[in-house]
Amino acid sequence: MQFANILTIVLYMVLLLGLAWPLGQYMAKVLEGKPCGLDRVLGPVERLLYRVCGVKPQEEMDWKGYALAMFLFNMLGFVVLYALLRLQGQLPLNPDAMAAVEPGLAFNTAMSFVTNTNWQAYSGESTMSYLTQMLGLTVHNFVSAATGIAILAALIRGLVRRETRLLGNFWVDLTRSTLYILLPLSVMFALALAWQGVPQTLGGAAKASLSEPVAYEITPSADDLKADPSLKPKPATATEQAITRGPVASQEAIKMLGTNGGGFFNANSAHPFENPTPLTNFLETLAILVISAGLCHTFGHMVGDARQGWVLLAAMTVIFVVFLSVCLWAEHTGVPQMAALTGGHGAGNPLPGNWEGKELRFGVTASALWATATTAASNGSVNAMHDSFTPLGGLVPMVLMQLGEVVYGGVGCGLYGMLVFAIIVVFIGGLMVGRTPEYLGKKIEAFDTKMASIVIMVPLFGVLLGTAWAVMTASGKAAIANPGAHGFSEILYAFSSMANNNGSAFAGLSANTPLYNLLGGIVMLTGRFWTAIPVLALAGSLAAKKSVPVSAGTLPTHTPLFCGLLIAVVLVVGALTFIPALALGPIVEHLMMLGH
Amino acid sequence: MLKDMLTILGRQLRPAISMLIVLSVLTGLIYPSAITLAARALFPHQADGSLIESKGTVVGSELIGQQTSAPGHFWGRPSATSPQPYNAQASGGSNLTPAGEAQLKAVKERVEALRAADPGNAAPIPADLLTASGSGLDPHISPEAAAFQVSRVAKARGLDEAALSALVARHKEGRQLGFLGEPRVNVLMLNRALDSLAANADSAKGKP
Repeated sequence: MQFANILTIVLYMVLLLGLAWPLGQYMAKVLEGKPCGLDRVLGPVERLLYRVCGVKPQEEMDWKGYALAMFLFNMLGFVVLYALLRLQGQLPLNPDAMAAVEPGLAFNTAMSFVTNTNWQAYSGESTMSYLTQMLGLTVHNFVSAATGIAILAALIRGLVRRETRLLGNFWVDLTRSTLYILLPLSVMFALALAWQGVPQTLGGAAKASLSEPVAYEITPSADDLKADPSLKPKPATATEQAITRGPVASQEAIKMLGTNGGGFFNANSAHPFENPTPLTNFLETLAILVISAGLCHTFGHMVGDARQGWVLLAAMTVIFVVFLSVCLWAEHTGVPQMAALTGGHGAGNPLPGNWEGKELRFGVTASALWATATTAASNGSVNAMHDSFTPLGGLVPMVLMQLGEVVYGGVGCGLYGMLVFAIIVVFIGGLMVGRTPEYLGKKIEAFDTKMASIVIMVPLFGVLLGTAWAVMTASGKAAIANPGAHGFSEILYAFSSMANNNGSAFAGLSANTPLYNLLGGIVMLTGRFWTAIPVLALAGSLAAKKSVPVSAGTLPTHTPLFCGLLIAVVLVVGALTFIPALALGPIVEHLMMLGH
Repeated sequence: MLKDMLTILGRQLRPAISMLIVLSVLTGLIYPSAITLAARALFPHQADGSLIESKGTVVGSELIGQQTSAPGHFWGRPSATSPQPYNAQASGGSNLTPAGEAQLKAVKERVEALRAADPGNAAPIPADLLTASGSGLDPHISPEAAAFQVSRVAKARGLDEAALSALVARHKEGRQLGFLGEPRVNVLMLNRALDSLAANADSAKGKP
């Protein structure tokens, strides 16, 4: 690593933590319904929206009403998105004449965007019309992120309020999160991206005439080969380069900010049109984590004790920096067999490190930073191919997802996941000293612990059962691109990603098959809503409780001790669950690489 | 319990449907259209895809690489797109594990091809010329990779190596803001400059 690389990492952490504070304070005002500055401009829009939709903003909901409204809204969104995908061939704004998306893929994609996963079993530039990209995918990038923030707001209110059933109004939280947080940030960010070279046009693909014709072969499709096995690859020559474009900047901005990650193009943010310069790369990496980090301070502000937010942010940051260091080390070290073919190790090598699947303008450091950030958050975009990372470099993103997406995590859902871990920590602390545990003055009782356990366990089951199912079926194994241990890693990564609503992939896996589309869609659905609904149940239970005064027996939750306990519990739960599976995948691949 | 749920459901159905419609219009139509108009007004070249035109025809984009294989052109990074390399309608990487046999075989073949194209050149080959990029459309190579190719291109074009190295140096872009990303050379822009340099040299020779 060179000095410029280290400076990039340091400046990234400084800016992330520096921006989190003001943004967190601002978001607290938005979620508390206080004037936030922008309401002077957008207030009339907000009130008009309520009037048109028949929403009474003062009317609050209990946890069941809140959960039902949330679920209903998202499932309606799913149905509309599914319809849009199936009908896009007949609809306008389709200059490149994309056909209807097949049912299995449409189901998977609709589920993927509604659950904030944004798993891409499809290739954007050859599947989606502009209308689908805008009215389908961009919309869900906004509202799935806003849903996450809304659920978090309800949980925080559950902790703050006493002896009430009411958790707020879902429609108000949804609207205010979209209007005052996501939309203004996206507008600014989209224009910055366009300035740096991200296209924003409704014109179809551009045709460029090549200075050198490119000779290539067209291999017959599997179906044609079945009909006539004697078919040979046909030679062809390209004299033109068709360059797919589209309304990219507007989607790219919210894709990064809303921890969505579903790219306009197949190569996602490795594509020069999604991420043209090192500066856009830096800003996009920042956008992955900034809202999730800021929400820690929002939490601290809303519970009236900033230290409670700091301690969660500190725990996340410690885990993040440790994993980032491992990934940077692994990718800069590269693969020994490869180094022997280039310039060898040390000063003789003009370009050391693992470069397969990485873009030159970003380099190894910015690619490892992105991989760590995108999986720490449930973003799931990529600026380099994770499948081509070194075994240990690829282990880092996999583990970060398996920890349950709580290291910053998805917008809203990352923090509510971490708060659930905090509740488990006080529960374990309570067991140690034999007292009823408390968190922020609320007694944590059997019901609360059960809900917290469900939230933690549902994604774990999704990952392990999904992986087990896939490796036991022929079609599951047929999708593998790399043989051996790495092939197992591809499947484990896929289910880690879908069950935790991340969306990144070891993309060699041919995931557009009925098994992966269907099983994956179900795993994404449970991973999102079977955690969101227990979180709301937990919020309802906490809101109904009295507040107990702090006593000598209370475990303080703002101390370095608590921070350490929280880190330990997150890591231990993850380790106990996944080390056997990881040993079969990346760990054995690493050992085989060294023993080669 | 169930009756309660159905009552809430009935009451929330109208807000749910209308919220979905209104937010879809706001974030799916108004927002992208507004950004399109603003980007077209403020940054028309970038909004269109940073296209390069020559004599009225589009010859490429500054941001998208192209496949070159003539010895007299600089070569970009290996591209894993299919069916042809640098297919800008099907971006993607090889997704091969770097520790696997398939990848090592591909790299060995690339080493042999580069050595065969320039037998006198014994310099170590920079890794970017041996590895496929993530997008398959990477427009850049490292300055080291450009320097490695100077002797081959100079021979094929009958140009002076020093003059060619100077041309490469002019096309080197440093790290953005001094520390972001990696130093790099845009292959398409370098080849275009090379073509016009060679054309000028030819016309100079053709003069009596």
